[in-house]
Amino acid sequence: MLAFVSAVGRVSLSFMETTGKSCLMLFHTVAGAPHPKLFSLFIKQIFQLGILSLPIIVTSGLFIGMVLSLQGYNVLVDYAAEESLGSMVALSLLRELGPVVTALLFAGRAGSALTAEIGLMQSTEQLASMEMMAVSPLKRVIAPRFLAGIITLPLLTLIFNVVAIWGGYLIGVSWMGVDGGAYWSVMQGSVEYMPDVMNGVLKSIVFGVMITWVALYNGYHVIPNALGISRSTTQTVVVSSLLVLAMDFILTVFMFGM
Amino acid sequence: MSQKKTEMWVGVFVIGAMLSLAILAFNVAGLSLKGEGRSYTLYASFSNIGGLKVRSPVKLGGVVVGRVEGITLDKESYTPIVRLAMFENNGYYPETSSLSILTSGLLGEQYIGLQPGFIDEDIAMLEDGDRFEDTKSAIVLEDLIGQFIYSLNKEG
Amino acid sequence: MKNPCHLEIKNISFSRSDRLLFDNLSFQFERGKITAILGPSGIGKTTLLKLIGGQLAVDSGEIIFNQTPLHNCSSAELYQARKKMGMLFQSGALFNDLSVFENVAFPLREHNHLDESLLKILVLMKLEAVGLRGARDLAPQQLSGGMARRVALARAIALDPELIMYDEPFSGQDPISMNVLLKLIEQLNKNLGLTSIIVTHDVDEVLSIADNVYVLAEKSIIAQGTVEEVLKDTENELLQQFLHGRSEGPVPFHFKTEDFQSDLQQVSR
Repeated sequence: MLAFVSAVGRVSLSFMETTGKSCLMLFHTVAGAPHPKLFSLFIKQIFQLGILSLPIIVTSGLFIGMVLSLQGYNVLVDYAAEESLGSMVALSLLRELGPVVTALLFAGRAGSALTAEIGLMQSTEQLASMEMMAVSPLKRVIAPRFLAGIITLPLLTLIFNVVAIWGGYLIGVSWMGVDGGAYWSVMQGSVEYMPDVMNGVLKSIVFGVMITWVALYNGYHVIPNALGISRSTTQTVVVSSLLVLAMDFILTVFMFGM
Repeated sequence: MSQKKTEMWVGVFVIGAMLSLAILAFNVAGLSLKGEGRSYTLYASFSNIGGLKVRSPVKLGGVVVGRVEGITLDKESYTPIVRLAMFENNGYYPETSSLSILTSGLLGEQYIGLQPGFIDEDIAMLEDGDRFEDTKSAIVLEDLIGQFIYSLNKEG
Repeated sequence: MKNPCHLEIKNISFSRSDRLLFDNLSFQFERGKITAILGPSGIGKTTLLKLIGGQLAVDSGEIIFNQTPLHNCSSAELYQARKKMGMLFQSGALFNDLSVFENVAFPLREHNHLDESLLKILVLMKLEAVGLRGARDLAPQQLSGGMARRVALARAIALDPELIMYDEPFSGQDPISMNVLLKLIEQLNKNLGLTSIIVTHDVDEVLSIADNVYVLAEKSIIAQGTVEEVLKDTENELLQQFLHGRSEGPVPFHFKTEDFQSDLQQVSR
C-alpha cells in the first residue's frame, strides 16, 4: 500500500520536473535574440520535416479519403441519403480526420526523426562542443526545428485534406455512382469556411506545437547512449500521439461542442 | 542538397499547401469571392420560427435572394421578429409578397420561401426597413399530428 | 605584463547525484604551459573540464580566467570567455551533416562576418597545421578516429584561443596516431603560445610533453607540481601505484567482498 502511494508521489514529481524542464527549454529557445541564420536554417528544416513527409501524407490521405467514402456510402445508402456523401466525407476530414491523422503520421515520421537526430547530436557531444564554441545549441539547432514543425504540420494537413476529399470523389462518384455534381454541391452547402476549414487548421497548429516540443525535448534530454536514444524516440511517438488525441478532444469540445 | 534547390522545393511545398487551402475554401466550403453584394434590410414576424437559424437562406423559387440576419422577440406582442438581408442584385419585391418557413427535403434545414405577390399601380415595392405583412409560420409537427387526429376523430 | 597564472581554480567542491566528486580542490594553470591532469577512470576529470568551460556550475569555490571570475559571471561574459577557449572532446564531436572544411569553418562563420575567400584561407591554414588539408571535402563518417580528432583540433583552434582543453585525446589510438597527436599538441602549444590542459590516464605519453601535472585520486589531489617534482615523489604509494600501473597497492585488485574461503564454503553447503 505504502509502495503505491510513494510510487504516485514519484511519478508526480517526475512529471512536474519534466514539465518544468520542457518549459525552461522552450523559454530559452524562443526568448532573446534569434540566431542570425535562423531563416535559412528554418527553410532547411521545413524541407526535412515537410517535404520528406509528403509521400506518406499524400498516400495516407488518398487511402483514407477512399475508405471514408466507401464506408460512408454503405451507411448512407440505407437512409437513401447517399447524395450527401460529399458533405459527410468533407466534414469528417476537415474537422477531425485531417488534423488528427496527419498529426499522428507526423509524430511517427518527423517527430521520431527529430528526436533521433537531436539525441544523436547530444550523445556524441556535438551540442556540448557547440556550446563551448560560444554558439547556443538551443538557438541554432532547436529553434529552427521548432518553428519549422509548427508551420509544417498545418501545411501538410491542408494537402492531406484536399487529397483525401479528392480520393473520396474518386470512389464515391466513379465507383459507387454518386452524382458528381451532387458530391460537390451538397458539400459546399454544408461546409463552412470559418468553423470547418479554419478550425481544422487551428487544431493542426496546436498539434504541431505539441509534437515538435515533445520531440525536441526528448532528443535534447536524452540519456547519452544507444539505448537512451531508442527509448527517447519511442517515447516521443507515444507521448505526442496521446497528447494529440487528448488535445483533439478538448479542442473539439470548445470548437464544436458548445 | 544545395541551398537553392532546398529553397525551391520548400517554395513548391508552401505554394502547394496554399493552393490546397484555396481549393478547400472555394470548392469545398463554397466560399464565393464575388460576395453576396450589397443588401437592404426587411423585417417579418412569424408566430413560430421553427428551426430557422441566423444565416438561413431566403429563397425565391429555389434561388437564394437573401439571408436571415437576426432573430429577436417583440416584447410587446410576444412574437418573433426576423431581420432579413435581401440582396440588391435580385431587386425589390411588392408588398403583397408572402413569406413562409419551409424545410428543404424531409430532414433538411429550414429556410424562408419568398412568393412574390401581384404587382399593380397602387402596390408599392418594399424598401429598406419595410416589413412583410403576409407570413406563414413554420409547421410544428405536433400541431399537424394533432390536426390529423382531430380530423380522423371527426369523421369517425 | 600578463599574470602568469592564466586560469585559477580555488577551493571548488562539486557533487553530482549525491556523489561528491571534488572536495575543496585548487588548481593553477600557468600561461603557455602544458598541464596534465591524471587520475583513474571515473574520477571526474571530464567533469572538471566542463566546470572550467561553464557547462556545469560548481557548488562552491571560484574559477578565474584572465582575472574574470567564471563561476558567477553573466552569460555575455561567459560567451566572451568561451571564444578564447578551445575544447577537444573525446569523440571529436564533429558535426555529421557538414564536411571537414565546413566543420572547421563553423566557429568562424558563427562569430565573424568574413569574406568567403579570407575564410577559406583561414580554414586551410588550420587544416594544414594538423596535416589534414587534403581531407577538406570528406565527410566526418569517412574519417578514422585519429583523423576525426585532428579535424576537431583544427576546429578548436579556429578562433585562435588562448586556452585549449583536451579530454582524453589519446584514448583508443594506435601508436602512430598517438605520437602524431602528441607532437601536434606540443607544437601548437609552442607556436601559438597556448595554455594547454590535458586530461588523460595515458601516463607515459602525456608526461613526455607536459610541463606541470596534477594527479587526482579519491576526490583529492594526491600530487602536483612540475613533472620532475612529481616523478621524484617516491614516498607517495598511491601515486607510485598509478604512475607505474601496479595492480597491487592502495587501490586494491579485488572488489570489496568477503573472504574467498567462506564464499566457497557457502556454495558447497
